[in-house]
Amino acid sequence: MIVAVAEDSRGTEQARQWIEQAKPTYWSLIDPDHRVAELYGMVNVPQSVWIDETGRIVRPAETAGSTDHFRRMDLKTRTMAPEDQAARMAARKAYLEAVKDWVLTGKHGLAADTARGKQPRITPEIALAHAHFRLGTWLRRHGNDAEADRHLAEASRLHPDSWNMWRQAADLEAVGNAGGPAFWARVQALGDKPYYPPPDLPGFGR
Amino acid sequence: MATVLSASGEHVVAASDGLWLTAADAARATGWTLKPEGMCRDEACVPLPSSATRQGHVDVAAFWGRLGNPVLHDEGHETWVLGIGADARNEALADLAAADFTLCDLGGTPHTLSALRGRKVFLATWASW
Repeated sequence: MIVAVAEDSRGTEQARQWIEQAKPTYWSLIDPDHRVAELYGMVNVPQSVWIDETGRIVRPAETAGSTDHFRRMDLKTRTMAPEDQAARMAARKAYLEAVKDWVLTGKHGLAADTARGKQPRITPEIALAHAHFRLGTWLRRHGNDAEADRHLAEASRLHPDSWNMWRQAADLEAVGNAGGPAFWARVQALGDKPYYPPPDLPGFGR
Repeated sequence: MATVLSASGEHVVAASDGLWLTAADAARATGWTLKPEGMCRDEACVPLPSSATRQGHVDVAAFWGRLGNPVLHDEGHETWVLGIGADARNEALADLAAADFTLCDLGGTPHTLSALRGRKVFLATWASW
């Protein structure tokens, strides 16, 4: 079963149109507190976790088929070069093929020791960041924007690797900010570090 | 009245002097029950120092912090977050058991992950932003 979770602190407001377009036959859930990201140590979207029939994680949180080709996008025309578009689509296809293989044969599911080693490592700073994020989004939801934003800023300061926290805070300020100039500047500041680290799967030569 | 945001959701409680709660409210908010041995959950009990309990009330902020978990509040002391500390998080992740959660769909119907036990689950996050 696919369980799609929208890490959307605005609730159904912005997520609705995408879900209605997709007409999902699977579970499509709304997660305003980013609870799933916290529980599974996720830092970006789209990320996925594979869970077997016994409820065990067989692939810890990883990039779910997206790539860094978008970083070469022409910001004026908002287009990507054909080679980049093709590579991007090929990567998405490769990831979905891997998921299908796993569903049908169990392939790509990791043994317990391997999976354990790949689980995200939570630091005290990251744990505290999640608490600030929870409080910040709650305060925003209840109209206390100034105090909310202090907590959201502190969350990002403590957990700078979390694009979820930073982009959600930007989106709460104004829809669209999560993809605006500040976002692109922050992406550029990554330098050689990946925005979407590739998963260790066929089709994702590292 | 104060609102406590914890792993089990949002709880409105009667708080005084920080986050001193009745044993009943403490149990609702934290999932731990006040007993003579201290605060207990399943088979585990954590002793409470005398400074953190009086007359059936618990200093939940002190208790929660003693467990190594973050405790935050807003400026008005009206909204509190009982977070989960790094050690607890890492233990849960090392266990590999997929953490359970209940979230609602567009129609407001709640769905619980553990209801899917017996099937493979591809859990994927996305966002409108």
